[in-house]
Amino acid sequence: MLIWLILIPVLAAACIGLLKAPGRATAAVSAVLTLVLGLTAILLPESCSDCLSTFAGAPIQFTLALPFSKIMVLLTVLVTFAAIIGMKAPDKAAERSWAVSALLLSTGALGAFMSDNIIAFYGFHELALIPTFVMIGCYGRGDRRTIAWTATLYLGLASMVLLAGLLILCTEMHAWTFSNMTAAVQAGLTPASPVLISGLLLLGFGTLVSLFPFHSWAAPAYASAPTPIAMLHAGVLKKFGLYGLFTLASVFGPQCGALFGGWNNLLLVLLLGNVLWVGYVTICQTRLDDMLGNSSVMHMGYIFLAFAALIACNGDNELAVKGASLLMLAHGLTIAMLFLLAGQIESQTKTLEMDSMGGLAQKLPTLGFLFGLAGLASVGLPLLANFAGEFSIFVSAFAGWVPTTDCICSSFGPVQICVVFALWGLVISAVYMLRAFRRIFEAEVGATSERATKLTACDLIAAWFLAFFIVLFGILPPTCL
Amino acid sequence: MIQNLPWLFLLLPLLAAVIDWVVFRKCSKCAAALSILSVAATFALCVAYLCGLQTGTPGIYTWMPVAAAQLSLHMGLVLDPLAMRMMLVVTGIGLLVHIFSIGYMKGDPSNLSRYFAGLSIFMFSMTCIVLADNLAMTFIGWEMVGFSSYLLIGHWFDKASAADAAKKAFITNRVGDFGFLIGILLTLGVFGSLNFADMGAKAAGIAPAILTATVLFLFCGAVGKSAQFPLHVWLPDAMEGPTPVSALIHAATMVAAGVYMLVRLQVAMGEAAFTGTACNVIATVGAITAVLAALMAVQQDDIKRVLAYSTLSQLGYMVMAVGLLAGEAAMFHLYTHAWFKALLFLGAGAIIICCHHEQDIWKMGGLAKRMPLTVLCFLMGTCALIAVPGFSGFFSKEAILDAALEQNPVFFWVGAGVAALTTFYMARLCLVAFCGSARAHGAEHAKEACPTMLLPLLVLAVMAIISGYGFAADSLVPFEGFHAHGFALGLPFYAGMGALALGLLLAFALYGCGKRSKDPLSGNAVSDALRNRFYIDALYDKVIIGGLQEIVAHIIEFIDAAVIRGLLMQGSAWLTARIGLLLSYIQGGSLRAYAFVCGFGLLILIFLLAFNL
Repeated sequence: MLIWLILIPVLAAACIGLLKAPGRATAAVSAVLTLVLGLTAILLPESCSDCLSTFAGAPIQFTLALPFSKIMVLLTVLVTFAAIIGMKAPDKAAERSWAVSALLLSTGALGAFMSDNIIAFYGFHELALIPTFVMIGCYGRGDRRTIAWTATLYLGLASMVLLAGLLILCTEMHAWTFSNMTAAVQAGLTPASPVLISGLLLLGFGTLVSLFPFHSWAAPAYASAPTPIAMLHAGVLKKFGLYGLFTLASVFGPQCGALFGGWNNLLLVLLLGNVLWVGYVTICQTRLDDMLGNSSVMHMGYIFLAFAALIACNGDNELAVKGASLLMLAHGLTIAMLFLLAGQIESQTKTLEMDSMGGLAQKLPTLGFLFGLAGLASVGLPLLANFAGEFSIFVSAFAGWVPTTDCICSSFGPVQICVVFALWGLVISAVYMLRAFRRIFEAEVGATSERATKLTACDLIAAWFLAFFIVLFGILPPTCL
Repeated sequence: MIQNLPWLFLLLPLLAAVIDWVVFRKCSKCAAALSILSVAATFALCVAYLCGLQTGTPGIYTWMPVAAAQLSLHMGLVLDPLAMRMMLVVTGIGLLVHIFSIGYMKGDPSNLSRYFAGLSIFMFSMTCIVLADNLAMTFIGWEMVGFSSYLLIGHWFDKASAADAAKKAFITNRVGDFGFLIGILLTLGVFGSLNFADMGAKAAGIAPAILTATVLFLFCGAVGKSAQFPLHVWLPDAMEGPTPVSALIHAATMVAAGVYMLVRLQVAMGEAAFTGTACNVIATVGAITAVLAALMAVQQDDIKRVLAYSTLSQLGYMVMAVGLLAGEAAMFHLYTHAWFKALLFLGAGAIIICCHHEQDIWKMGGLAKRMPLTVLCFLMGTCALIAVPGFSGFFSKEAILDAALEQNPVFFWVGAGVAALTTFYMARLCLVAFCGSARAHGAEHAKEACPTMLLPLLVLAVMAIISGYGFAADSLVPFEGFHAHGFALGLPFYAGMGALALGLLLAFALYGCGKRSKDPLSGNAVSDALRNRFYIDALYDKVIIGGLQEIVAHIIEFIDAAVIRGLLMQGSAWLTARIGLLLSYIQGGSLRAYAFVCGFGLLILIFLLAFNL
């Protein structure tokens, strides 16, 4: 039945693109179907799998048995639903191409997160990148051509590096699927050139997740992309890199330290670049979309922190894995909701310059409430989804640490030192998020806020839908997935 | 089933908040009724537990289960006397403040459902801190009280000053939480667990330097939440919120959470875990806060601000007591202070409403004649605060002074000095606002507050007197084994009385019986410094936030744009394009050029061959 998760959006996209079916309605039907189907597949007690065909001697198999598959599929179907319901295209033709792109993006993401075959895993992600580039290039805000080309070059190069890493890994391990590779690792096989492979993988996956200093493509791309594309890419597709890293770490189990360990200290420095460097860049932003794009880059640092903590413990850090999977889900939902609301703010006030806004909560209290909820979730407020993930990651970094000397500082390992710095990110994110809320929603009604009229039913459904899950996962973190 | 009854402490207010927010958004009366009902129910439950109700050990909720048991994160309740008696303060004052709010917020144009939902979410969060059985749950409550405080300070968010104050409170607290979180992580490593119950056994055998660092990082949390120097700046600004909120959150309960947390840690880790260095730092920070805040209070004109600085100063007192290893005294003072300070704030609220939203004491005057009952209640609170013998505050302040004299005389004299300052600024407030004749239109037409406001005041006035006495203290003082403080005629008593007399004399000498219409102390550099809070806020705004942070942020932004995005990214794109252009000249398609290059190469080849190079 997993194959239908792929086929439904593809069929819907074909209907819209080739048969000129109404864009939004068809896409909505497809989104609802995949939502129901996805939730059923996740909640079924035994994981189901489907075999499509074979490639490179290995079956192209869809499965939810991989450790992060369920949670990422959950994230994808939720965000896809919200992105399509809340879509606001300028005209009918644009609506059709937006719908097709959103559907293809979601197909690619679902395929990547469910593939057991490593080449298919890579290929589905590539498929999903195409609509992103096209949509930014055709419908983006600002200097869309340059931004689209920048993103294309960055992600294209990253994909090539990644492909090289994956190919070397697969050849050396003689395994082309995650499950075969697990078996190979258990049989005692280890890659001959771990430093080269992990370097290529970290560079490739890292750039796809906007790891510092390869983050420059991300914020402008998200700020420019049409709302549903920004939601799906920042919320879902970007997690592909992290998904890949964590899946490989789980495949290698206790060997993952030997594979990735060589780069761990460098990774710790780079992820601080995400948290602190990009954090301060975020504080300087005056446009809401730029601010959100940068904040999304910043929060990736915490998930990399979980990865570093996992590697430092040689794969024996359950809390890091659970924290990372929760934060990936939570961050996907919150950043998607923030981009959705930013789109609504723009359509109400015709601007995203925060200084020209003000008092919007008096005109649209519901919008203010929802934005506050999503903003505070991303700041890491307890009872909202992100907190459980972030807190677990911080604790996981101290798992197994005991003071060995009389001085705290000298008994810290690199991971612990990194955490202490990374915690300052909590202050930074509070600063930029509350400042944005203050500028947009509070105080006297600004000139642009006067224009605000009313949210449509679709706006509200999409936003409340995401808000519901952010609160639900905040109170009951889905740790069993 | 029955053993899970205490979870109602958390669930009732949370449910009330959610229902207020989602269902009763348009019906503020229903929202108010529901919130009051939930807090009344928790109060009743709390009294039942204090009267000896036993329901067994409540279950725990594990929200992050992992195989390694000490790392799995959960919420569990601790129902020891310390927690239950703190709960009495929280739910008791909470109930009175809820009732008072109905009168205070009547006719307010803002959304009152949001207000009551905020109060309920605060009750939930505060309960979460008080009943937490591990530091992770404390931190959840810690962040949530910060959020509810943000929500309620910014209740009138259409006012820029209120919105700014809310933001300032949240961010300043986050700075404290930065340290607190490090402390929590260190605790996990050092003690091997975040559960309070597991800490005591491990404390012995840990190097003192490690303990000092752990305790001091945890103390950072208290510095933020209990507004200690240097993070005290948010509390006075928090007075932008509605007055009942100031009474509940910014005087009686939330700001005392830091003190509660420290005492809880002292009980859990054992007093030995609080090493000499750590204690000295804690006591010194408390003493500095107590002195600075008392000095600032001397020159404030806004009735709420005077009370806010007084709260700061009293919190400093409590933190000082914690640092002097006198946890009982700190909790005793927390307990009495909660009642009388809530009384003072609610009294101030009633006065403000009755004077038509006038907060400046110099525009009041003669209120004793116009609203005698309210003023009487306020005076009861004042007597407790300035430690008039017989009132609750007298006993708790004596307890702290006693402890200070025993441990370190320096802190004793600081405490006595602060007591004199306290008496002076409170007497100043009362003389100016209540005596003489009305100095403004609002005060002329003031009349007694309405019953929903008066009733809580009367209850609190009674508590302000009796909460220090044996019969109330023995059963209600929130510390196991603490005996009501019977005072002895020793140095602490004489010092306290001296401070009281000095403060009163000075105030009467300077302000008479309300005949003055402006402050005789104002108009000089010292007064300006006090009014401007020793320019600490200005320093933070201009130098640290406006200066350092902005400059660092902009430099980083510039480098990010110029070097990473510009030089490296666009530079490499430019270089690639130039190389392409350059190479394109080589294959220009001109046969003559190709023939020329070819011939040239041939010449070199012949040359090389001919000379056998």
